[in-house]
Formats: sequence, structure tokens, C-alpha cells
Amino acid sequence: MSESRDPVEWYRRMRRLRRFEMRAAELVGDGEINGPVHEYIGEEAVAVGVCAALRADDVITSTHRGHGHILAKGGAPDRMFAELLGRESGYNRGRGGSMHIADFDLGIYGANGIVGAGAPMACGAAFTFKVRGEDRVAVPFFGDGAMNQGVLLESFNLAVILHLPVIFACENNGYAITSSIREMLGGDLARRAEGFGLPAQSVDGMDVCAVHAASAAAVERARAGGGPAFLEFRTARYSVHNIATGGRMRDNRSEETLAQARERDPIERLAGEITRGAGWEPGGRDAVDDEIEREIEGAVGFARNSPRPRAETALDYMYADTYPDFPAPGWEH
Amino acid sequence: MRELTYVQALNEALRQAMTEDDSVFMIGENIRGGVRAETAGLDDAFGPERVLDMPISEAAFTGFANGAALAGMRPVVEFQVASLMFPAFDQIVNQAAKLPLMLGGQAHIPVTFLLMGAGAGGGRAGQHSDNPYTFLIHAGIKTVVPSTPADAKGLMLAAIFEDDPVALVVNSNLLGRTGDVPAGGERARLAKGAVRRAGKDVTVCAVGHLVPAALEAAGRLAEDGIEVEVWDPRSLLPFDKEGLAASVAKTGRLVIADDSARTCGFAAEVAGLVAERCFDSLRGPIKRVTRADVTVPYSTPIEQAMLPAADELEAAVRTLAA
Repeated sequence: MSESRDPVEWYRRMRRLRRFEMRAAELVGDGEINGPVHEYIGEEAVAVGVCAALRADDVITSTHRGHGHILAKGGAPDRMFAELLGRESGYNRGRGGSMHIADFDLGIYGANGIVGAGAPMACGAAFTFKVRGEDRVAVPFFGDGAMNQGVLLESFNLAVILHLPVIFACENNGYAITSSIREMLGGDLARRAEGFGLPAQSVDGMDVCAVHAASAAAVERARAGGGPAFLEFRTARYSVHNIATGGRMRDNRSEETLAQARERDPIERLAGEITRGAGWEPGGRDAVDDEIEREIEGAVGFARNSPRPRAETALDYMYADTYPDFPAPGWEH
Repeated sequence: MRELTYVQALNEALRQAMTEDDSVFMIGENIRGGVRAETAGLDDAFGPERVLDMPISEAAFTGFANGAALAGMRPVVEFQVASLMFPAFDQIVNQAAKLPLMLGGQAHIPVTFLLMGAGAGGGRAGQHSDNPYTFLIHAGIKTVVPSTPADAKGLMLAAIFEDDPVALVVNSNLLGRTGDVPAGGERARLAKGAVRRAGKDVTVCAVGHLVPAALEAAGRLAEDGIEVEVWDPRSLLPFDKEGLAASVAKTGRLVIADDSARTCGFAAEVAGLVAERCFDSLRGPIKRVTRADVTVPYSTPIEQAMLPAADELEAAVRTLAA
């Protein structure tokens, strides 16, 4: 998905993210999705605002809560649902599931189940672009919880000393699963990044316009050889940490906290700004919403109608170069 | 052919790979400035964008290499001591090893992990004396353990140009070993073992620096009329199952010499494999000569007491051949 400065397109993308996640949650509840799903609902402005500042050939790495980043970078809902449903037509041929969706043609170097693990890989990709003389940038997404992960802090240093075109995108939703950042993080998050020599900025992550403006500035600077930057996006996750067949995790946050977050809803906020400002395309907001509903239902249908991987392919794709009798199956008769 | 030391052969392989393919680059700690023999001169020849000194951040620079590999490069990551891979283990195990399957074949990670300083025997104590190939094998990382200078070069080239992560484990005891090394850029084949000495009585499957130890023991045993076949797997994952089976079919007896942990170590896997596939060929129990299941202690007598060497191998062969 290409760069966009069009608020209606941003709305369309944010709506797509939200409806995708709501539909995914239903499919988890129905048992059609086997495995945990980490809903991105509430954080849509971050993925959409950041990715709208990126070119198709720029690269992102994502997190366990990755559906939003992947959709915002251009991921197709049909192949994503197919992956969640464990189908051969999924992005990863049903080998990865929710936490590992990738599409290298779209610059999506993969969601990741290990907190902070994508950041050094984004640095390595950015180094490759730099030595090849390409003006591409890399954006690792990660959460506030990752700010306590050593490999992320090491990556800050690496990006600074190698002057890499990396924009570190920190989604601060306030919680590492159930643990509040107030109890888990010493000092201030953005000041911590500054300590590594990264230009750091804290941005309202519920305001897609602010997210895009900060991201576009950091991307432009990195593209021109100005080096890495750190952006903190203050956002809110509406749902529990994750959901899975068999139930939702218990949420330890108060109703009041959750209600306050929903009052800042990024989609309603942007919709209001469009109504008050440049206005909608013909058909208005409803036309966009209807378009997204059709897209999401079509995507679920595609996934349901796709075959599952055949059992005899269970050992496939681990290695590019294979040898006789390798990799080994679990038994010999 | 000319004679080179093992570490010179590694250096030549790196130089040839970097000359042949400009996507090959090297990162590690203190690898510039001629400090280390395996990378000597590479920074002068290829410049600072292809030979990069890294901060003491093993996790991040290993992940950095994974990312560069995903973007189309062929990075070589040096750990100046093999045990330093442990701080990077998430990036080796959870990322480099696991991502290709989980990506469903969308991308591969042609990264080489060069583990220098493996093995014990130098009074380096517990944290600098590991020979950690079994950890890598359990993770599914292709792993080669060259025992000769020629293999150091050929397997290094093979590792770099394999399209998967490959670990090359260099035992410190081998660095000064000399031998004939081809001048060209021939790559060794993975999953292909080698008979280092032919014999009909007992097969000794010896890994890495225990190949010279096995040859030493074989020489002594020959004086007593016991003909040992020394078989060097060279590549532990993938492993030349047919090659070992052929040797065991000939001798009917097997001793495995493996300087890794006894419990769930590499020798245990080889024993299991031979028990399953070659049961009818066996004329005696399979013997393992391995490290003891303890941390390597510092002081020389106790360090040496827990490590496998030629004497223990010789004794194991004599038990079987009796």
C-alpha cells in the first residue's frame, strides 16, 4: 500500500483494521481460528499513520499484535484470514498463524512472537539499503513492554553508531500484558531513547494526523541520510492482551480506564475531522463502511474455501537447501 | 596445493567468498585491524562497509545479520568465543532457525555463524570452554565442525553460500594445525563424511579436534594389530548417515568420540541412529567417549580429567576389540 495523505483513505484503512480484528475475534470465539489472537483495536491510528508515511518498498517489522501493521502496509485481508484459519493460501501457507504474518513483496518482514526481536532485523535491512545506495527506510514496531528488552536497547545503539535509516515506532499502550508501564519502566520512555543518541518525540497515538506528521518528518530525514529516530505513540488497547479458543484473558484494568480510552477513539476522531473539514467522498462515511464490510466478508469466505495444508507437507520450508534423509521425520518404520 | 594452517585456511575462505560475491560481509567483535588471524587483512581489502566491528551486543548484531540476510545479503557473524552465542540465542534459535518454516518459504536466511574459540583445554574455565554444537543442532541450525585446514576452507565456503543458516564451529585446539589446502574456491559438500584412516576392526566416529586424537589412538592400536577406521562426519547437521552406516557395516564396532555433553549430546544421537539402522551389523555395544556432564573446571588436572582425549578413546577401542 502506497503513501497517502488523504484523510478519507486513512479512515478506510483504520476501519479495515478495526473490522478485521472484530471479525477475527468472532472467528476465535467460534473456534474457526485455532490459536491466540492479539487484537489491535484502539491502536489503529498508529499503524495507519506510520505506514501512510512509507513507500511500498520501505520495510517494517511487526509484533505479536501485528494484524494492524500488516494491513496498514498493504496486507490483503483474504490472505491474512487464510493464514489465521491455517490455510495453504495464507501468507505463510498456514505455517505461521497470527503472530508471524509476512509479505516480503510488501516490505513486511514479519510479525514476531518474541518481544523486541524485530528491531535488530530492521536494522540489518536498513544497513543493506544503505550500503546498496537505496533510499529505503525500515520501521520496527514494538510496544512499551519491549522498552525493557535488551535486544531493543542494543538495537538503538546499533542504529545510532551505524547511522541507519531506521525509525523506531514505539506503541505505548501502557501495559505489558497486564503489567502497567508505571510499575515496569524506570525513567521516561522517550528520554531513555534520547540517552542512546536518538532524536525522540512523544506523539498522541490516537490522532492519526499527528502520527502521520511525526512519521513523515522522521522518514524524510532518514531517507535523506539523517539517521535514525525514535517515536513514542501514546495509544490504548481496548481489548485484553489476547484471546484464544476457550476464552479471553482476564482484564485487570478498571472500567473507568477503558472508558477513558474509548472516548479518545481514533476512528471516531478522524471521522469527525473529515465531516467538519474536507468532507467525504460521494456516499459519505457509510459508503466506506459498506465497502469494508464487503471486503472483510469476502476475505473470510476466501479463507474458508481454501484448503488446509496436506499432512505430508509438515516438514516443508524449514530449509532452502535439503539433503537426502533431511530434515529427519520423528520416526522410522 | 600448498600447506596452510587451519586459521589461514579460514581467512582464505572468507577472502575468496567476499571477492566472489559482494553480498558477503562480515561482522563481529574486534575483527578489524589485524587483531584476529581469521579476519586479518579483510578490512584493508574490503573496507569498513564489509568488515564491521560490532559493539558488545551479541543479540542485536546477530539479529542485524538475520535482517540483512532477509534483505538479500550473506552475512558472516563471528563470535570470538563460541560461548558468546548464548546471549544471542533468541536470534539464533527463535529467529534464524525458525523463521524460514514459519514464513512458509517466502524468504531464507543465508547467514553464517562463525563460532571461534570453541572447546576446552586452555584454562579458560566454564564460560569460555564450551563446544556448543548440540545446542545448535537441537535448534535445527545446520552445523559443520571442520577438523582439517582443507575442510576449514571448503566448509566455510559451503556455509557462506548455503541458503540457510549454518554454524561453523572452530575448536581452538585446531587453529595451528597444518595441512594441504586447495587454492581454488571449491565448496565442501554438507552431509558428507570422510574416512580419515581406513581399518577393519573398529569404527571411531570422531568430531572436530577429536579426529587428530582418534588418529593418534589408531596409530598406537595398530601396533597391537587393532585396525581402527577413523570416520569424520565433518557436517553434524545434516549428517552423512549412509557414510557412517557403511563403515559400521564393515567393522561391526563403533566408538563415538564427541567433546560435548554426554547426556543428549551428539554421541547419543549417533548411537541411537546406529542402533536403529545398523543393529544387525553390530558385534558389540556402542561406546561413547564424551565430556563429563559438568561445567569445565579451571585447574589443569581437573579440566583434563573431564575431557575426552586419545587415551580414553584408545581404552574404549581396546574394550570393544578384546
